[in-house]
Amino acid sequence: MSQESLVEIRNLNFTYDSRPVLTGINMTIPRGKVVAVMGSSGCGKTTTMRLIGGQLKPTSGEVRVAGKVVHELDGDGLYDLRRRMGMLFQFGALFTDMSVYDNVAFQMREHTDLNEAMIRDLVMMKLHAVGLRGAHKLMPAELSGGMARRVALARAIALDPMLMMYDEPFAGLDPISLSIVGELIRKLNDALGGSSIVVTHDVQESLKIVDYVYFVSEGKIVAEGTAEEIKSSTVPYVHQFVWGEADGPVPFHYPSRSSYGAELTGRAARHG
Amino acid sequence: MDNFLTRALIGLGRKVTSRIWRLGFAARFFLAILLESGTALRRLNLTIREIYFTGVLSLIIILVSGLFVGMVLGLQGYDTLQRYGSSEALGVLVSLSLVRELGPVVAALLFASRAGSAITAEIGLMKATEQLSAMEMMAVNPIARVVAPRFWGGVLSMPLLAALFSAMGIFGGYLVGVQLIGVDEGSFWSQMQASVDFREDIMNGVIKSFVFGVIVSWVAVFEGYDADPTAEGVSGATTRTVVTSSLAILAADFVLTAFMFRGV
Repeated sequence: MSQESLVEIRNLNFTYDSRPVLTGINMTIPRGKVVAVMGSSGCGKTTTMRLIGGQLKPTSGEVRVAGKVVHELDGDGLYDLRRRMGMLFQFGALFTDMSVYDNVAFQMREHTDLNEAMIRDLVMMKLHAVGLRGAHKLMPAELSGGMARRVALARAIALDPMLMMYDEPFAGLDPISLSIVGELIRKLNDALGGSSIVVTHDVQESLKIVDYVYFVSEGKIVAEGTAEEIKSSTVPYVHQFVWGEADGPVPFHYPSRSSYGAELTGRAARHG
Repeated sequence: MDNFLTRALIGLGRKVTSRIWRLGFAARFFLAILLESGTALRRLNLTIREIYFTGVLSLIIILVSGLFVGMVLGLQGYDTLQRYGSSEALGVLVSLSLVRELGPVVAALLFASRAGSAITAEIGLMKATEQLSAMEMMAVNPIARVVAPRFWGGVLSMPLLAALFSAMGIFGGYLVGVQLIGVDEGSFWSQMQASVDFREDIMNGVIKSFVFGVIVSWVAVFEGYDADPTAEGVSGATTRTVVTSSLAILAADFVLTAFMFRGV
């Protein structure tokens, strides 16, 4: 493993209920970089992230984070590693019985011996970084979708993780929130000096902030490159995805056993 | 016909093995709760918070139900006892019925409906909204942080609620028997005091309610943790909590009664 790589994925295969979800995945996430994993819904992006976080075990192959093979770690080892990771879930996953302040303070109280005064200063700093210092008393139910995502971001960076993982951070956000979250991902990564993995299908917003992109389709990497390389890619799948074209290798129709004509005829025969 | 039989047998086999598998998972889950109870006992504020939500907030339904059950016992008991000229024994009948059986059992059934279902729904929704996954990714074990405090909160609340149910029931019996019907007050209390044995009656009742507390809390946290992370899944899990724990309470009550009061 190279010195500059924080995450290395080699020949990763993952099968669920004898159905292959990921096949032969190879990825490298360098230190200090923001890397996007893109692809359509259900292509295996989130599974990749769960394998990096050790929530799933690979069928074969390995994921190394900071030099450690994730699936070989025991419970304590895995928790030690996770303390240096942060994850932003698709809809924030804030603890609904706690205020914004307590959500951000959660990890500090669980994993450190800091006194409440110190925790307060740190929580306010984190909330200030995402622009929500004034919302610290609110409950999650009182937040908009964009605000909840930013609070979850503040909670994820509470212990200054070396690796941040974002699961669809742009999903369901209005254009302003979308732009704010995008900028935050980039700025926080640079400020923390860690690495970030952004799992997304929002092409335009993510290409503005990422250093490198992996394109996943049907569990395989079909293209990779910098944002500029991806924009100018001639790979049919990537071209269709980046420019949002209706025509291309990704079919509009869900596969059907019989032809449209035969079904119409059959239906006509049944009704007629 | 053969095909139908084969399919039926395969279906039956699948159902049975899936139930056994689930039971095994529930047993391992119970063991995991016990092993991870350190946090719940060390950080008592987590457990006390759950005692508030499951115990204190169940007080109204427990007290009101206890009062009515005691009042009904007073009416029914008087009606039967006066046929044999022993209506003064009403206090004994009401108190023994409550501390031995009705207190622990009815309070546990009410507890399963009121608090057990709430625990299942809460944990199930935490799972559906990825709060448990988020906790795991923050290197915090959800069984230690979420499940164990709720389990112990329920276990500790149950005997207290059963005791209050019985006390309220005795008061209800007193209201009907002494104040309404006119049974002699001195006989009511003195016969009760003479007949109710602390170890045989009260302690056995406390043991019963403790066991019922374990059953309800275990079923509730397990069903929540094992719920499918969908609206339908959480609703099904909540229903299963009430049905399973109610049946388990009644079955366990029979077994415990057979052991405790067989020679009495």
